[in-house]
This record gives sequence, C-alpha cells and structure tokens, in this order.
Amino acid sequence: MTNRRTFLDASGHAPLHPAARAAFDQALDEGWADPRRLHTEGRRARALLDGARAALAAALGARTEEVFLSGSHTASLHAAVRGIARGRRRVGRDVVVSAVERAAVLAAAEFVAAGAPGAAPGRRVIVGVDGLGRVDVAAMADAVAAPGVALAALQVANGEVGTLQPVPAVAAAARRAGVPLLVDAGAAVGHVAIPDDWDVLAADPGDWGGLGGLGVLVVRSRVRWSPDWPADEDAWFPGGVSVPAALAAAVALEHAVAERAAADTHRRGLVDRIRRTVAATVPDVEVVGDPTDRLPHVVTFSCLFVDGEALTGELDRQGFAVGSGSACTSSALEPSHVLAAMGVLTHGNVRLTLPVGVRDDDVDRFLAVLPAAVARVRDVLGVRDL
Amino acid sequence: MTGAEPVVVDARHLRCPLPVIELAKAARDAPGGTVLTVLTTDPAARHDVPAWARLRGHALVSIETVSGSDRVAMTDGDVLAITVRTSG
Repeated sequence: MTNRRTFLDASGHAPLHPAARAAFDQALDEGWADPRRLHTEGRRARALLDGARAALAAALGARTEEVFLSGSHTASLHAAVRGIARGRRRVGRDVVVSAVERAAVLAAAEFVAAGAPGAAPGRRVIVGVDGLGRVDVAAMADAVAAPGVALAALQVANGEVGTLQPVPAVAAAARRAGVPLLVDAGAAVGHVAIPDDWDVLAADPGDWGGLGGLGVLVVRSRVRWSPDWPADEDAWFPGGVSVPAALAAAVALEHAVAERAAADTHRRGLVDRIRRTVAATVPDVEVVGDPTDRLPHVVTFSCLFVDGEALTGELDRQGFAVGSGSACTSSALEPSHVLAAMGVLTHGNVRLTLPVGVRDDDVDRFLAVLPAAVARVRDVLGVRDL
Repeated sequence: MTGAEPVVVDARHLRCPLPVIELAKAARDAPGGTVLTVLTTDPAARHDVPAWARLRGHALVSIETVSGSDRVAMTDGDVLAITVRTSG
C-alpha cells in the first residue's frame, strides 16, 4: 500500500493554481491596505482590486462595473435571489427554480418566497428534471410565464452529476416573460464555455483554482434590484473583500480559460474511461448524468447495496479523496436532492470531480482498487446474491 | 400472483442502505409475483426502493405514509410503507 494521496473531489475546492498563489503573494505585499482609503497605499490596493474585477469581467463577458465580489459562492447566490426579489416585489414574490439547483439557491428561494412577517407570501416553484438531471424546458418556460414571478434561477451545469442545462432556451423564455434569470455558473466557469444570455451570473473562484473565501456575482446594468440588508459603500456585499483573494481569483481564471481546451480534452477522456470501466467492473452500479452533454471533469455513480460513508472511508484509506451524495455521508439523513430528483439510487454514491492536471495513472489506480473496495463494503453488510 | 398474504418487511430505524437490503433479501426468497411491503423511517428509502425495483425489474405498487395509522405504532418521525411486486 502506498501513502500517495490522489484528490478527486475538486468541486468548489480545486487545488490552488500556482499562478494564483504567486498573485496572492504579490498582492499581500502591494495590496494589503484598505482600498477605500485615499492614501497611496489604499490607492494601490484599489488599483489591484479594480484590475481583478476588470480581468474577471473580460473572462465572464461582462463590463467591469457589473462585477461584484462576495465572501463566498453561497453569499453570492443568497444576495442575488434576495436583491432581485426585493427589486421586483411589486411584480410578484414567486421564485422559479430547477429541482437540481444548489442548496443555497433553493434555500434563498424559500426564504424570499416566505416573505416578511405579515406580508403576503409567494411560492417557490420547483421545476422537475429527467433521469439525466436535465430540467424540463417546457415546464420551466410555463412556470416563468405565470403571473407574479420575481425571478428564475437555472445552473449552467449540475456540479453533482455533470449534466449541462438548457440555459439558452430557458433564458429566451424568461426574456419573453420579462423575468430576470439568475444563472449559477459555479461548477462550470473555467471548465466549459458559458452562455451569455443571463441577467445575473454567479461564479465560484474556489472551483477554478482560486482561493476559497471569495465569490463573484455579475449583474447586468439593466437588472432592477434592491438590498433587503443595510446600506454600505459596497452595496451588494457590505464590507468588501480580500484584495489578494480577488487578484488570485482573476489570475487563476485567466489561466483556467487559457488552458481550458487542453484540460477539457484530457479530463473528458478520463471521464469516458471512468464511466466505461466502472460500468464494466463493478456489479450493480448505476453511472448517472448525461454521458456526452456534460461538464468535462465530473462523473458520478451509485452502487446498489453499498453504504456511501463506508465506501468513501474505504477509498480514503487507500489514498483517494472522493465526494458522495449519499445520505449516510452527510450530517442530515436526507440524501442528495439532485440524485433524488433524477430518480436514481442515492445510496452507495461516489462523485469524482477531476482537478486540472489529474494524472492518468492515478485515475487508473483508482479504477483498479474500486471493485474490491465495493465488494468489501458489501461483504460487511452481508450482501450476497441479492 | 400467488394469492398469499402480502409480505411485510419491518425495516424501521434502519439507515440506508439497510432497508433496501432487507427488502431485497425478502424478494430473493419469495416466488415471482409476490407483493412485499417494507416499513421504513429512512428518508433515502423513498428514492432508493423505487430505484432498486427499476434495476431489478420489480414493479413499484405504492408509497404511503402510515405513521399514526392502525398498521404500525407511532414512532419518532414518519413511517413509510413502500410496496413492490416481484418480477416473474
């Protein structure tokens, strides 16, 4: 047995890009001061922060003044849903979401739909998905066209199963209805081309090789919004953010975009190999998500009669860090709402998110140890000939 | 159909994936066409029993919440009764 570690759980927490580390280090020297101050040190920090916003804007197809920085992807999504809903409170309180949105979107939609005490509540309208995890376009178009909708939200791709969502079709329907569309690009930016027909877009630097502790929210100038939180010079995210983290995020994204084509080919090929090999070598396994129209680096499968916590623990002991959507692996007893909405097995789930630069021989070693690891967990549970 | 009484598998308070495993053991030992009901307090079973049935070619008959009814004593949390008919 080897002590070598292989990290295959890069979703939202990818390894830091070396160029991002260098940029962060440089910004600690030059951009440590408060960018709101007017002295030389403050102005230097402001210049780095503005440069980071400009670079992020260029990579995301937006103008610099449309880019806002938050403390986390979750904070971006919460603020976006709350700010737009409040801006459109005279139109309605309903929020339309797909069933497989990130928990932060679902929770924020529920929060704003509930409304202020004494106010008339709205509804969180959840649109279902098919067996691959793709939202029902016709149902979502109908839902946004109904009266009283404050906003709609749809992800670019599902970070748990990799399936790409039909953003252009839903964006067209939302535009026809005059409803702003929030697009969660958290699992997608840096990995696939991003559609440009959104009103508000949230992106996650931790996912593309920047540091954690920063989120990016892009709000088209035309979007009406209003904070339901106290006023601040940084209106979307009061208090501002770490300048070094912002610079690291911008530099990491420039590299991710420049290296995307090569990383796409490499990781897409590995995911194809994983999908084929797992289906062939593990009995009673369901490989889920769209096999082709998907993120290049995410692959998910569920093993029948397997305890997900035991399997991730077994793989960890053998040197592999993997994710799981099984209930047994979370503090809650509820399994992944994504797997549940798709109607696929929620137990025995393993989710691999391959970082850029993942090594082929590490993936091959994972594929070599997996069948025996699954068999061991099944033996412990007394599963034989079921 | 065998015409026999439906088989009840009491998997209350077992956590995933044990309810599905207990149901699968009962299904293995029963003739084709047997109607089996699993009682479970595991929220994952609502999704995993139908997925198991689909993988094995069994038919899903019903999913009911039965807490507080006469069929089972009240417990902490909801009790689901999920019924399938085995293939063959």
